[in-house]
Amino acid sequence: MTIVKDDAPAATSKSHDVREAGTQTLIDPKGDQLIGRSVTINRPRAELYAYWRDFAQLPTFLDNVERIDVLSDTRSHWVVKAPAGKTVEWDAIITEDVEGELIAWASEDGADIPNSGRIEFRDAGARGTIVTATISYDPPAGVVGKVIAKLFQREPAIQARRDLRRFKQLMETGEVATAAWTQKQLDEEKA
Amino acid sequence: MRALTWHGKHDVRVDTVDDPEILNPRDAIIKITSTAICGSDLHLYDGYIPTMQAGDILGHEFMGEVVETGPGSTLVKGQRVVVPFTIACGSCYHCGKHQYSACDNGNPADNQDIGQEMYGQPMSGLFGYSHLTGGYAGGQAEYVRVPFSDVGPIVVPDGLDDDEVLFLSDILPTGWQAAENADIEPGDTVAVWGCGPVGLFAVQSAFLMGAARVIAIDHFPHRLELARKFGAETINFEQSKTYEALMEMTGGIGPDAVIDAVGLEAHGFFVDNVIDQIKASLFLGTDRTHSIRQAIHACRKGGRVSMPAVYGGFVDKFPLGAFMEKGLTLKTGQTSVQHYMPALLNAIVEGKIDTTFLISHRMSLEDAPKGYKMFHDNQNEVTKIVLKPDFAVAAE
Repeated sequence: MTIVKDDAPAATSKSHDVREAGTQTLIDPKGDQLIGRSVTINRPRAELYAYWRDFAQLPTFLDNVERIDVLSDTRSHWVVKAPAGKTVEWDAIITEDVEGELIAWASEDGADIPNSGRIEFRDAGARGTIVTATISYDPPAGVVGKVIAKLFQREPAIQARRDLRRFKQLMETGEVATAAWTQKQLDEEKA
Repeated sequence: MRALTWHGKHDVRVDTVDDPEILNPRDAIIKITSTAICGSDLHLYDGYIPTMQAGDILGHEFMGEVVETGPGSTLVKGQRVVVPFTIACGSCYHCGKHQYSACDNGNPADNQDIGQEMYGQPMSGLFGYSHLTGGYAGGQAEYVRVPFSDVGPIVVPDGLDDDEVLFLSDILPTGWQAAENADIEPGDTVAVWGCGPVGLFAVQSAFLMGAARVIAIDHFPHRLELARKFGAETINFEQSKTYEALMEMTGGIGPDAVIDAVGLEAHGFFVDNVIDQIKASLFLGTDRTHSIRQAIHACRKGGRVSMPAVYGGFVDKFPLGAFMEKGLTLKTGQTSVQHYMPALLNAIVEGKIDTTFLISHRMSLEDAPKGYKMFHDNQNEVTKIVLKPDFAVAAE
């Protein structure tokens, strides 16, 4: 099949090869699974970049990330929730950083789940900023791991969309929306 | 606290549950003084709305006293407030355009998945109305947690009773928005299907917006009588042929604007209508028809269709041909309550809009399950039930 070029983002292609090739131009691929998601946030680009650049703050809205320890200006240690109450960990290094525009990072050798990511911030005029996340990862234990992950609602494509919504809520409203009505319920939601 | 909880079709109970707490900076806790049962609560009661969970607290029409505030709330303890049923953040793009019912942030991130899959974009949050719209605990309770309390609740001026302002929470703005969506021009004739609370407020609103005539359509005599009190002409569809009557009453032109305030329980894809269809095919039923189809059929060429009625899924046999050939316009949506509250509160203070006529019954929160059953079984007499937590429980 001849592929006719259109203007749709590579992440939305029906062709696996096009999706992969498109993402590879953006980040250092760490596996087969590639995710591209955009959200528009009604805040200035610089403010969003600044919040994201401080990796220690990310667990506020990255629901499955337990904590991120900042080791230096470019290196960080990630502790991430996994199914059945376990955690996976890795060190990540910033591979690209353009102030106010984009941050890219990749896990270092020895990661439990090799992964890389890139977050871009583009002006959207009166609507604020378009934030696009591209994430590549090698799912744990292949297909079985993904099925298990999905059962536990930690499937990365769903997780990425929810995390971006939480980032938007936090930046636009100063808080992450919850329907809980007691602290106990809220703690259980986050567990 | 005591709260009315949903447990399944025709099974609601008053249970003791945990008191709500401040969880986010912009939260407030309201002690409920009055809360109403909405016609759309009957959709939940009848089990038509998906994503309900046992134990969900119902209620999206409520008001009360501020008893606790988070550091980001602008409310003050002791204030009396009416709370909009739509949960809107006030700071997203849609809220900036006063499209509060399209707020991006009122619905928790995980619950947005359902709307994203069903409708293409996630819906805003609503109180007490399934997990599709957030899974928020509602106000048919002694207390409620109100998120974004600096944006939604409106402070009630002294001297106004609960009964005068309670309906600012939903049905009054919904009726008003229905009339506004009909783009009424002075001298217009407007037809309203359904004389429930929203239909009756749409009748009042249409006159205030300059309609010369409003024709109200229903089959409950008491509700038609209320519509007539506000100056509407009426059609009882059990006695008269609605389309023919409308055409004759408008000299063969059809109404300039039509408002469907009936909604999903009168329509093709839900159980009671399937039963209606079976009844009709066996010549057992009435000539009860699908209001939105009939509204489009009757509307004049180039006219406007407003649809405040609640729909959930797909509708079969939508008259797309009539819609296109006659060049109609359709406006609809959940109500942007926050946008309308201040002006409508003024209209109440100035005596331009009456809301208290609607209340047929007042009872204790403890009697809420009885209230649901009464409302469900007798929609002619029961136009609106207001629950008051401090009201005495009725004797058996």
